[in-house]
Amino acid sequence: MTLQDVLLSVVGLVAVAGGLAVVTTKQLVRAGLWLVVALGAVAVEFLLLGAEFAAWVQVLIYVGAVVVLLLFAVMLTRAPIGRSTDLDRPALPAALVGAASGLGLSALFIAVFGQFRVAPPAVGTAERIGDAVFSDWVLPFEVLSILLLAALVGAIVLSRPSAPPADALADAVAPGSSR
Amino acid sequence: MTWDLILRVGLVAVAFLTLPLLVGQTEHKVMAHMQARLGPMYAGAFHGWAQLIADGVKFAQKEDVTPRAADGPVFRLAPAVALLPYLLVLLVIPLGPGDLVGEQLDVGLFFVLAVVGVGVIAVLMAAWASANKYSLLGGLRAAAQLLGYELPFVLSAASVAMAAGTLSLPGIVAAWEPWWLLWQLPATVVFFVSGLAEIRRPPFDMPIADSELVFGYMTEYTGLRFAFFLLAEYVGIVVISALTAALFLGGWHGPWADSVGWLWMLLKTGAVAFVVIWLRVSWPRLREDQLQRLCWLVLVPLALAQLVLTAGVRVALS
Repeated sequence: MTLQDVLLSVVGLVAVAGGLAVVTTKQLVRAGLWLVVALGAVAVEFLLLGAEFAAWVQVLIYVGAVVVLLLFAVMLTRAPIGRSTDLDRPALPAALVGAASGLGLSALFIAVFGQFRVAPPAVGTAERIGDAVFSDWVLPFEVLSILLLAALVGAIVLSRPSAPPADALADAVAPGSSR
Repeated sequence: MTWDLILRVGLVAVAFLTLPLLVGQTEHKVMAHMQARLGPMYAGAFHGWAQLIADGVKFAQKEDVTPRAADGPVFRLAPAVALLPYLLVLLVIPLGPGDLVGEQLDVGLFFVLAVVGVGVIAVLMAAWASANKYSLLGGLRAAAQLLGYELPFVLSAASVAMAAGTLSLPGIVAAWEPWWLLWQLPATVVFFVSGLAEIRRPPFDMPIADSELVFGYMTEYTGLRFAFFLLAEYVGIVVISALTAALFLGGWHGPWADSVGWLWMLLKTGAVAFVVIWLRVSWPRLREDQLQRLCWLVLVPLALAQLVLTAGVRVALS
């Protein structure tokens, strides 16, 4: 067991603990902040495994954008300080599903890949990832971008209010203005 | 090897502690002279050079207040989260040719963009944990602003990375040539303006607009924690100025770069920092809608056009 293995396990524990805190805390905004810990720990795992580029992408996208957007949305609607007693979470089924899928996946991976010895891949530099994305993986990459574009268009369509009739609009602009 | 690393980190820490003070003192004096007054004159006897040290002593003496309604741990942690990203960024900015840089990073530019983006979490933490409506409003404004301006910031940096063909900051500086000043001019402007918005300096100080929000997300902070936020702002100026100088103004390039390259880098950084201060004195604050309009309707299209231009020239040259 090398130093890297020890670090990997410790940081992995931090990530799992952060994730547990996200789903168990009764404080709404703190759940979002625990998510920062969990996702940040995953970034550190990438770093430890030599996937430098993926690590910084993880920080840029997940910590810097996704969590911020999430916190922003929570704070815009309802963000009480302290415990929220009215959170109804089906704790037992969720725990069952989570534990079952986690254990099942672990068992599956160990059963399938346990006896393989895989040579560690070269360090995940930006150059290698760029090469891979734009040669072998170019079709999945483009398909994914179309999917994201469709999601974007869908979000815009859903969030746009349906246009009210013209006279209703005039009333809304000047309710009871003296004429 | 280890000593070398300790020395480098130590030097970066020294820069982290002195350069912001230098910028702060320059701001005092430059603002004063632009407004036809003297600024600090007494502390330290010679033109008030010790004013910020006196301020630091004052901040350290003040009571550290956490509001009763606040979320204590988050409230107390936020200033450190605000400060840390900039310290990390300073590590990878090249000061001179060769390996005159805190830490050689293969994806330095990406690292910088990722880490600077973390700062917004500190703002949201401070804003929410203060249990104060002004703070929360300021924090929401800051988050909306930072999310928006992140895009032109990253896009303009991507342009120069594409031009240099590398993501390493020393590599980008080494590849720089004087005609890039013209070629990358739109990206320079976009990067500087959105960088200014990232560190919430005037005219992009809507989140802390003191005439309407008291002091935004910093309203409830006192003493050393408040000083940390102020320090973060001035380190932010240093970081944005140094990045602008390194990415777009050629960093250590200049006459006799081999021997005095570091001086060129410091001079360029100082010049950009001066412009940051100048803008604070001369521009009124942008309103929230003007701020978003500038970002999405001017800077983002400009950055995209610059990307196309950069790609076109690169293809034509190769």
